[in-house]
Amino acid sequence: MVLELQKPRPIWAIMFSTHHTDIGLLYLIMSITFFFLGGALALGIRAELFLPGSQVISDSMTFNRMFTVHGTTLIFLFLLPFASAVGNYFVPIMIRYKDMAYPKLNAVAFWMIPPAGALIWLGFADFTWYATPPYSSIRAPGPAADMWIFGLKILGVSSVLGAINFIVTILKCKHPDLPLSKVPLLAWSFLTSSLIVLVAIPSFAAALVMLLTDRLGVTGFFDPARGGDPIAYQHLFWFTFHPEVYVLVIPAIGMMYEIIPRFSRKPIFSHSSGVFAFVLLSAVSFSSWAHHMYATGMSFTEKTVFMVGTLAAAPASAMHVFNFLATMWGGRLKFTTPMMWSVGGIALFFSAGAGGVANSAMPFDFITHDSYWVVGHFHLFVMGTIAFGSIAYFYYMFPYVTGRMYNEAMGKVHFIMSFVGTVMVFFTQHVLGLYGMPRRVFDYIPLPEYVVMNQIASVGAMIIGASMALWLFNMIYSASKGKEANMDDPWGLGGKYYWPHQAKNPHH
Amino acid sequence: MVVSGHSNWPEWIYVGVVIALLAYVGAEAWNVERIVEHAPAEAEVIKVIGQQWFWTFERADGTKEVGELHVKKGHPYKFEITAKDVNHAFNIHDYVILQDAIVGRTNAAWFAPDKAGEYTIQCREYCGLLHYNMRATLYVEE
Ligand code: HEM
Ligand SMILES: [Cu+2]
Ligand SMILES: [Cu+2]
Repeated sequence: MVLELQKPRPIWAIMFSTHHTDIGLLYLIMSITFFFLGGALALGIRAELFLPGSQVISDSMTFNRMFTVHGTTLIFLFLLPFASAVGNYFVPIMIRYKDMAYPKLNAVAFWMIPPAGALIWLGFADFTWYATPPYSSIRAPGPAADMWIFGLKILGVSSVLGAINFIVTILKCKHPDLPLSKVPLLAWSFLTSSLIVLVAIPSFAAALVMLLTDRLGVTGFFDPARGGDPIAYQHLFWFTFHPEVYVLVIPAIGMMYEIIPRFSRKPIFSHSSGVFAFVLLSAVSFSSWAHHMYATGMSFTEKTVFMVGTLAAAPASAMHVFNFLATMWGGRLKFTTPMMWSVGGIALFFSAGAGGVANSAMPFDFITHDSYWVVGHFHLFVMGTIAFGSIAYFYYMFPYVTGRMYNEAMGKVHFIMSFVGTVMVFFTQHVLGLYGMPRRVFDYIPLPEYVVMNQIASVGAMIIGASMALWLFNMIYSASKGKEANMDDPWGLGGKYYWPHQAKNPHH
Repeated sequence: MVVSGHSNWPEWIYVGVVIALLAYVGAEAWNVERIVEHAPAEAEVIKVIGQQWFWTFERADGTKEVGELHVKKGHPYKFEITAKDVNHAFNIHDYVILQDAIVGRTNAAWFAPDKAGEYTIQCREYCGLLHYNMRATLYVEE
C-alpha cells in the first residue's frame, strides 16, 4: 500500500520521481490547488453579480479576465489533471504492471503543466475560454492573450503525451492473464478518453498557431479583410472541444464505476454495457461539434445534421445511468461519503443530460444559446457530474494515499452543502437563460426576476465555497492527524478494499 | 453486445425508449425550424450592423437609426445582420431573434411583431470591454 504521508520523504524525492504513484500524487496536489484558485474567481464573479451595477469589481475588464481564467483553470488545470492523477495512480495497478509504459515521458507531461498554468494566471487574458477571432486576433489585449495561447499550446502537448502513455500502458503492458474485456471500467475510461484526445486535439493545436500568427499580423487566417474566415476558427475549436467534454466526463464516469458497485456490495450490473457505452461515446463525440454554432448562420441542412449527431450521443450517456441504477437496485447500499458524492453526481448527470437534449433541438437553442442557460447546462456537467465524481474518488482514494481516514461527518456535510449549492446555482441559471440574460456580462438590467435569480445563484455559490473550505480543512487535518485507516476495509463494507486488493506497490 | 451472465432486456427496453424520445425531439425540432426559417417575401429588409459597442439599423431608403429601432406592429421584417469589427450576436429575446453578427458575412432572421411596446435588443456574443452594455431598444408601434 502507498502510505505517502506515513513514510515521509523529502519533497524532491517525490518531485524528481518518475514512479506512477508519485506523479499521480503531484497531479493530485496541483489539480486541487488550481481547483481552489479557480473556485475563488467563481466566488468573485458571483459576488459581483449579486446585485446589478458594480459591486466588488471595479471595471468590466477585470471581470472579463476573471471568468476567462476561471473557465480555463477549472477545465485544463483542475478537471483534466485530476483525472490524470487518478489514472496514474490506478491504471498501472489495475492492469497489473509496475509503472506507466513511459515513466520519463509521464514526468515530462506533468511538468509541462505548472509553467502553462503560470502563463495563464500571470497573463490573465480576457477573451473567454474559447478565444474567438476576430476579437482574439485583433482586439484582445496582449501580452495576456499571447500568454494564454502559449499556455494552452503547452497543455495540449501535455495532454497528447499523457494520452499516448495511457493507451500504450493499457494495450501493451497489461498482464498477459488479463484480457482486454476484463480490464476494469476505470481503466477502460482512460483508454477511450485518451483515444479521443489523440483525434481531437490536433485541430485546436493548429488553430492556436494560426491565431498566434494572426495576432502577430503575419497571416490573416481568420481575418475577413485579408480573405480569412472567422468561422473557420470556430469549427477547428469545437472539433476539439466538443469531444473534449467527453474526455472530461468519461474518466469521472469510470471513477463512479469503481465506487457504485463497491458501496452497493454487488457486482456491476453489466461490465460489457459499460465498455460498449464508452466506445460508442468516443465515436459519436465527433459527430456533433457544430451544435455550438447554430447561430453563426449555418444552413438548415447543416443544422439538422449536427442536431442529429448531437442527439446520437445521448443514448450512450443514458446507458451509463442505467448501469449505475441497475447496480444499485437490490444492493446493500452504504451511504458513506464517496457513495453520496457519486449518487449525487449521477442525479445531476441525468438532469444535465436532459437539458442538453433540449438545447440541441435547434429552434430551442435560439432561446438558450449564449444565455445563462448554457452556463447552467455545462456546469451541471463539469461541476455537478465531473467534479462530483472526482471528489467522490478523492474520498475513496484518501485512505489508500495517506493510510488515514478522513472525517466522515465533515465529508457528508461537504456533500450536502455542495449538492444544495449546485442545485441553487445551476438550476437557477437555466431559468435565468430562459428569461434572456446573456452570459459573460459584468452588469445586467435590474429586472426583479434577474435580481432574485442572480441572488439565489450567488448564495448557492457561497454555500459551495464554504463547503469546499471544510473539505480543505478535512483533507489537511485528516492527512496528518486522522484515525488510521483499516486498510483491508476502510468503510466496513465486509469485502476487500481496492481492486486488486493484493496489489503491492513495488516502489515502497 | 455480450452480457455477463444475466438477462439484459430491461436495458434494451430502456435504450429503446430513450432513442424514441430523442427521435421525437429531433423530428419536432426539424419541423419547427423548417417552418420558421423562411421570411415572407413581402418582409421589409433592415440591415443590422454590430460594432463595439452599439447597433446601427439601416433601411432600404437609406434612413439610419443608432441604438434604437422603430417598427410597425403586424408588419414582417427581415434583418440582415453583420458586424464591423469583431463578432457580436443580435438578440431580441422576446421575439426569439438570435443570430451572430459576423464580420464579412450577412446572417438573416425575420419577425412580425404582434404586440406594441418596448423591447430590449442586446448583444449575446462576448465582444470585449462593454459587451455587457451593448444594448438598443426596439419600439413596436401601432
Ligand atoms: C457529457 C458531458 C457534457 C459536457 C461536459 C458538456 C459540456 C458543454 C459545454 C462546456 C458547453 C458550452 C461551451 C460554451 O459555450 O462555453 C456545452 C454546450 C452544449 N451542450 Fe453540452 N455537455 C455535455 C453533454 C451534452 C449532451 C448529452 C448534449 C445533448 C444531447 C449536449 C448539448 C449541448 C448543446 C446543444 C450545447 C450548445 C449550447 C449553446 O451554446 O447554445 N451536451 N456543453
Ligand atoms: Cu458540445
Ligand atoms: Cu457585441
